[in-house]
Amino acid sequence: MAKMAGEASVLDDREHALDLFRQMALIRRFEERTEEQYTRARIGGYCHLAIGEEASSVGSIDALVDGDALYASYRDHGTALAVGSPAAAVMAELFGKESGVARGRGGSMHLLDVERHFYGGWGIVGAHLPIATGTALAMVYRDLPFAVLCQFGDGAVATGSFHEALNLAAVWDLPIVFQVINNQYGMGTSVDQSNAEPELWKRAASYRMHGEQVDGNDVLAVREAADRLLRQAREERRPSLLETITYRHRGHSVADAGKVYRTAEEVRSWRERDPITRYGLLLGERGIASAADLDGIWQDVSAQVKDAIDKAVAAAAPGRDSLYEHLYGDPAHEEQFSRMQAGAPFGERGGEQTWQT
Amino acid sequence: MADVTYREALRQALDEELDRDPDVFLMGEEIGRFEGSYKVTAGLWAKYGAERVRETPISEEGFVGAGIGAAMMGLRPVIEIMTINFILVAMDQVVNHAAKIRYMFGGKVGVPLVIRTPGGAGAQLTAQHSQSLEAWFAGCPGLKVVAPATPADAYGMLKTAIRDDDPVLFCENLVLYNLTGPLPEDGDGAIPIGRAAIPREGTDLTLVAHSYTVQRALRVADRLSQDGISVEVVDLRSLRPLDVDTVAESVRKTNRVLVAEEGWSTYGVGAELAARLQRVCFDDLDAPVERVGQAEVPMPYAKPLELAALPLESKIEAAARSLLAECGL
Repeated sequence: MAKMAGEASVLDDREHALDLFRQMALIRRFEERTEEQYTRARIGGYCHLAIGEEASSVGSIDALVDGDALYASYRDHGTALAVGSPAAAVMAELFGKESGVARGRGGSMHLLDVERHFYGGWGIVGAHLPIATGTALAMVYRDLPFAVLCQFGDGAVATGSFHEALNLAAVWDLPIVFQVINNQYGMGTSVDQSNAEPELWKRAASYRMHGEQVDGNDVLAVREAADRLLRQAREERRPSLLETITYRHRGHSVADAGKVYRTAEEVRSWRERDPITRYGLLLGERGIASAADLDGIWQDVSAQVKDAIDKAVAAAAPGRDSLYEHLYGDPAHEEQFSRMQAGAPFGERGGEQTWQT
Repeated sequence: MADVTYREALRQALDEELDRDPDVFLMGEEIGRFEGSYKVTAGLWAKYGAERVRETPISEEGFVGAGIGAAMMGLRPVIEIMTINFILVAMDQVVNHAAKIRYMFGGKVGVPLVIRTPGGAGAQLTAQHSQSLEAWFAGCPGLKVVAPATPADAYGMLKTAIRDDDPVLFCENLVLYNLTGPLPEDGDGAIPIGRAAIPREGTDLTLVAHSYTVQRALRVADRLSQDGISVEVVDLRSLRPLDVDTVAESVRKTNRVLVAEEGWSTYGVGAELAARLQRVCFDDLDAPVERVGQAEVPMPYAKPLELAALPLESKIEAAARSLLAECGL
């Protein structure tokens, strides 16, 4: 691992150094148990795991300050955990429970935590980039000293909204860091197949924006780069594009074995570069954590995830009578819609929801 | 108070809301120095500056998305899409994002966003610039869709839309911009969303319309009155929410209903009203619900063809007379 500017400061603070390990371990264990719960049919829908990508997520999120906003793609379980959302509330969302972070309305792809400035969890590839850009615009409009970190996968780079968002951010001088978590494949299509310029960070040049690439499996390198670029965004109102190179050990989603479009050898080679193992070795080499210390962390996060599952199992699902809640928020909406029930489709006229699902 | 144009009514509402609430800002193509493709934002860039009247590149998906992201932070962006035709490249942001965010995030965040955009046809602008697509959006839960037909409503409903905590698609009309009329007289003129109006009362036929088609409907009502036929015109004003109660009440009086709209009728506003009215006015109807809209072709260029495709007064009148004839009138 190359020496990075930010390395010393993190490793000099043992609690901080261990916290990065703890966050990645929590995500790893959470994702492993999520996969298991999915196969037990306790979790439905799509389910995209971030196993292998922990350093890319944790490293940059750790560089956020309170007030910075965070956006992510649908591979967002680790995002929510890294930002500090309680594992029980995240798991409850996957289980579709009222106690979930989105009250069971969003599921795996639509996690959020407004109190911690995490604004989702988005399901359409590339489409949250303009939205994150608008949040950066709001920070300028309100003269807030904060920035936006917008994470997305390599698949998003080929969309039109990537271009529109980066162009807007650059022409408007917005405080935003676009982080492409390049895990090498958009579903089963490789970055080479999708992009005429597979060095994704180079796209920044089109917008006269700073771009750079770092080893996304090196949590300290990711943290250092994100910290520097976020500061630049906050202090100089300059956007940037950060590419973190990583790999997803699992398939695109739980439904994909991840085998037909890549070789076993390739997967094995990336497992050997596992970001958590690697960081654990570093902590050992530097005398920051013993094997027993790390084992203790693994036990803690395992217990935390077990507790999250237990709570999610026990939690209540949203009541059927809450189906129409949260559709509109204006105080006048009931009055506004009060003349629309007449002749509405069966089930929409109120008072006749007597059938069973 | 002197009459103003629909355009001026909108401009005044924007001006007053910008002045009232520092969280309100405008965003769109050519709305600043250029003062708007249809001059609705005339003078506002000079008065409020480039931060509050923000000019954008041609990036509808980008700046509609940016409006959403700013609205999620509690700002109240008012976006101008130059014409409704261009909203299609931002369809994902409107339908898949603005409309769904509050619900899919369990009510934890909202989108107090207004998108203003004119539809309409009749100036030989041809297939890609002559559409009235509001019904597509009105079918989408999570959105509110309004389509005022008068300067007073344009003024009052724009104010309400800007103050609303949910995303509102505010449909204007190219032909309406020069229509003149009075502004509301009471209070600050805000007009609630979700209430239809009855600009003309009658007893023989209910003629339902929205946006510019209301003006056509009123002229048709005038013509038919010369033959002793009494037409009640219902101006929907809002498509989602849709004030079915007011339409049904009118139909219970007239027993006949024709829905006219500028867009294609198939799966349109008339289709929705017909479905609802056959349920709530089943015993009141003396004839099937009739619909009239744009001919179901892309808008052609050649003037005779364009006139043939538009739901002009002559076509609406013919539909009305045909409906009345079915009842022996």
